[in-house]
Amino acid sequence: MIELVIAKYNYWIYIILMMIGFYAMIVKTNLVKKIIGMNIFQTAIILFYISTAYKMGGATLPIMTDAQAHGHEAVLVDGVINPLPHVLMLTAIVVMVATLGVALAIVIHIYRRYNTLNEDEILKVMK
Amino acid sequence: MMLEQFPFLVHSAPALIIVIPLMFALLTPVIGLIRREWTFPWMLLALLLTTLFSVTALQDVMRNGVIHYRMGNWEPPWGIEYVVDHLNGLMLVLVSATALLVSVYGKKSVEQELPGKEVYFRCIFLLQVTGFLGIVITGDAFNLYVFLEIASLAGYALIAIGEDGAPFASFRYIIMGTIGACFYLLAIGYLYIVTGSLNMADLARLLPPLYGSKVVLTAFAFFMVGIAIKMALFPLHVWLPDAYTKAPSAVSALVAPLMTKVSVYVMIRILFGVFAPSFSISFVPAMKILLVAGIVAIFTGAILALAQKDFKRMLCYIIVAEVGYMVGGVGLANTTALRGAVLHIANDVVMTAGLFAVAGIINYKMREHRLDDFKDMFKRMPFTMAAFATIALSIIGVPPTGGFFSKWYLLQGALQEGSWIFVAALLFSSLVNVVLFFRIFEIGYGFHSDHGHAAGDGGEAVAIREAPLSMLVPLMITAAAIVLLGFYNQALIGKIIQYAVPVL
Repeated sequence: MIELVIAKYNYWIYIILMMIGFYAMIVKTNLVKKIIGMNIFQTAIILFYISTAYKMGGATLPIMTDAQAHGHEAVLVDGVINPLPHVLMLTAIVVMVATLGVALAIVIHIYRRYNTLNEDEILKVMK
Repeated sequence: MMLEQFPFLVHSAPALIIVIPLMFALLTPVIGLIRREWTFPWMLLALLLTTLFSVTALQDVMRNGVIHYRMGNWEPPWGIEYVVDHLNGLMLVLVSATALLVSVYGKKSVEQELPGKEVYFRCIFLLQVTGFLGIVITGDAFNLYVFLEIASLAGYALIAIGEDGAPFASFRYIIMGTIGACFYLLAIGYLYIVTGSLNMADLARLLPPLYGSKVVLTAFAFFMVGIAIKMALFPLHVWLPDAYTKAPSAVSALVAPLMTKVSVYVMIRILFGVFAPSFSISFVPAMKILLVAGIVAIFTGAILALAQKDFKRMLCYIIVAEVGYMVGGVGLANTTALRGAVLHIANDVVMTAGLFAVAGIINYKMREHRLDDFKDMFKRMPFTMAAFATIALSIIGVPPTGGFFSKWYLLQGALQEGSWIFVAALLFSSLVNVVLFFRIFEIGYGFHSDHGHAAGDGGEAVAIREAPLSMLVPLMITAAAIVLLGFYNQALIGKIIQYAVPVL
């Protein structure tokens, strides 16, 4: 059991982070705290993706200096980490920022209308 | 049709379907700077072109089979591939045609409800359509996530500019929607770990030997839950009623029919396109769970709809029940029911768009959308109400309309499977719809206005004050479309849908 935790620690970290975010989104009544929870939730997934790119045995970044010149000897797959998850997460970060922006704009709107960020108080006013 | 002499355009149609609304959306604020009124024809032009190319793509598929379009000529699985087959060809036409109708319909109501914000509204409206079309057309699982978020983000923004309380409803939708999208993203990550691919067709090829793997099973579960949030399947529907009730009329008429149905499409695509039907049916009990979820959604949606006093909110719960039809139809897992479910997607897009258009017209006239606002509407707006009655009959499932035939296929599928409880759910919800809509007819004719007064039985003259033509004509078109979908359901099944779903 303990080996399982240690060998796959990256997955455990992402799950713990994700659950912290999930908890904040569900339990917190302050809308900004909910947004922070949402961000932790999304960041956990990004960290999960990035950690899957890692390879054992000292693989480094795929920066090819002479890849164009000598095709057959240029790329050693074991020597470089998988770049695709990083690229995907670049897109996911953009999505995350956009979500954050929309959410914050809406929260500002809510605050101007109700003068509070507490979910329970807003619901009381809406009733 | 018209584009045959331009083979280049026909060939590029899959890319143009996305590029046109996207580019037009980005340029809308610039056009708005020059002349605010120009943004309307600009948006109309974008959606007309998109519809034209969608129809072209569908015709191309019907004639020459599945289209594979490689973005930037990168070969799949490395590059992003757009695939148009019969299923998403049909969806493309539905999405773009609905968007076109709603954009015409929405002109007046946007000017009334959102004065001064038309330019940005039209920009986000086009982005929303881009998102829907992208979800439908892409053959790449990660690209689908990006478009899902484009559609969702545009939806959050559009809903938040609605009436009082809309920002809060939108905020709740953001929280729920982000969880859904993140689950979807996580599922792709899991599949990527075990297969190293993101292309749907490639995933379908690589996955079968791995079906026993716990990673694949977890990914499947994340896919289903994530998409279930987006399509508002019963216990995960809580964001929907508030968001769609409080959104501006034109937004409800666009987002309510399309977001849920596009998500059902994604579910069908994942169940049968990414995973093999054999996996979804026999390897995991997904179909049984979907059937039960569908049945529960139909019952609760119908019962909750009965309790509503607000017309738009009632429609929202009808959507919850209708999603139950489609999910249950997929869950029955036989060819007839599956065809019924896809036919019901087509019918439901048209019906919900029409009903929310009626809600928008009522809101335009009365500045409210409660059921009581329908008082005397049959006399005041005979054409609107005629269209409303046609669409209502289709939701109930009265023969010549489209709603009857999709329910008929679903019923036959349920009988084949011996699932009596699904049959009961269908009949129950149809009966509830009878009650719901005849109650509105009753209010509309003013039957139950205080009896005893001589003037109360329709004696007083109510002047005809019909909705503006730009709102009425799109509504009439949806009403006509739902009748035509009924008459031509055989042709639709025979020419498109039978190739769209796998034979089980």
